[in-house]
Amino acid sequence: MEELIELLSYSFFRNALLTALFASISGGIIGTYVVTRRIVFVSGGITHASFGGIGLAFFLGFNPLLGAILFAIFSALGIQLFSHRFRVREDSSIAIWWALGMAIGIIFVYLTPGYTPNLMSYLFGNILTVSWQELSLMLVSLLIILVVFRLFFRNILYISFDEEFARVSGLKVSLYNYGMIVLVALVLVLNIRAVGIILVLALLTVPQATANLFTRDYKRLMFFSVLFGLAGTFSGLFISFYLNIPSGATIIFTLVFIFGFSRLVKWIRWKSLQRN
Amino acid sequence: MIKPLLHIHQLSFAWDQEPVLEDIDLKIFENDFIGMIGPNGGGKTTLIKLMLGLLNPQKGKIYFREDLRSGKRPIGYLPQMKNLDRSFPITVLDVVRSGALMRNQSFKGREEEVSRALELITEMGISGKLHNAIGELSGGEMQRAFLCRALISDPKLLILDEPGTYVDNRFAKEIFDKLRDLNRQMAILLVSHDTDMVSEYAKSVVYLSRTLSPYPVSN
Repeated sequence: MEELIELLSYSFFRNALLTALFASISGGIIGTYVVTRRIVFVSGGITHASFGGIGLAFFLGFNPLLGAILFAIFSALGIQLFSHRFRVREDSSIAIWWALGMAIGIIFVYLTPGYTPNLMSYLFGNILTVSWQELSLMLVSLLIILVVFRLFFRNILYISFDEEFARVSGLKVSLYNYGMIVLVALVLVLNIRAVGIILVLALLTVPQATANLFTRDYKRLMFFSVLFGLAGTFSGLFISFYLNIPSGATIIFTLVFIFGFSRLVKWIRWKSLQRN
Repeated sequence: MIKPLLHIHQLSFAWDQEPVLEDIDLKIFENDFIGMIGPNGGGKTTLIKLMLGLLNPQKGKIYFREDLRSGKRPIGYLPQMKNLDRSFPITVLDVVRSGALMRNQSFKGREEEVSRALELITEMGISGKLHNAIGELSGGEMQRAFLCRALISDPKLLILDEPGTYVDNRFAKEIFDKLRDLNRQMAILLVSHDTDMVSEYAKSVVYLSRTLSPYPVSN
């Protein structure tokens, strides 16, 4: 217990806890949108494409997160544009942007003189090195998400469920789609610092998979996802700290463990119900 | 002279030069109950999408009666169930409430909207499934839920795209009986491949296979 109090006296650890908190809430809400709209693969493309922005920022010497946000939003709109306007198959369009972003990133990192010490923390995440500046960006994006969902929840729900019907009803479906994909890109990039490019998708999908075991109501799915996200990120953070292993990977591990455990509990309950 | 609710005038539509509909003429009057049959790929769903405004015709026009021209199209629409995401986390009540978006005169508030939704849901006999996820319903119950969604907007014309698919005969009959009731308040366009059922219930039947022609019914 004393050890815990001592740990909390370090600002880097408090920042890590806040990052976990913000990531779980934004990931829980936006992840529910991603999963129910079946745009998990699109999100994977956006995340990886953002590496191009990180490389560019290293090369030109500005904050890599800003570069990542730029590339993520650009690729998010690019994927939509390619598949809707140029009639490229959506999954091919995703692959193009995914690979292009990574390629640009690799070239710029290579061209950057000297050693790029933070590169690994973007690829694999390091929740213990999140800065105040980054935390405030996360908080701002979280507030935007909360406001958007508070104001437009029903329209987002209806469009996600039946886009055609929403269009017939006069909703500006394309505007919503573009707006939401920008929000998705923002959340993905800001959560990169927590678990890294390669693993960030899990923050937006694994808690939802767990929550989906217990509810099939959109609002509850968001709420439970936030809870399971919190459980996974907090426990992962502490375990990684005490065992001295990478935080991002540990968080993903605990998130998946919670999913597996919940599935097992559900299965055992189902079995015992069958026997009675 | 009685004016039609909706008048499709010399309408043609093509996907990439491939003509799907040619010179379609159709008038739908109040209290009409029109059955539309035809082969797959004959243009039935395309014509519905044109009527809903999801597509624009390359030639010809769709006219609505003057008093219906302002605002949203006064159409209730029951889509084909096969395109539906059954695992989507949405409750029956929310599906029905989403139909309120189609109204020209929106409800005064959440309460009025919910109470009208409940009324319809009860009328359709699925009030026990109010808070169930849509995917937990049987095919017949699901169609009733979507019928509620179409009706909550008080449509003048109800379009149904292949109802009765995925439901057993007894239920299909129930739906068609219900439609006969509804026909007292609104025109109905029923699209189906089930020629027997359509000819039994519809007042007139048309056959669509790129062009539209009347289909003689022997009753």
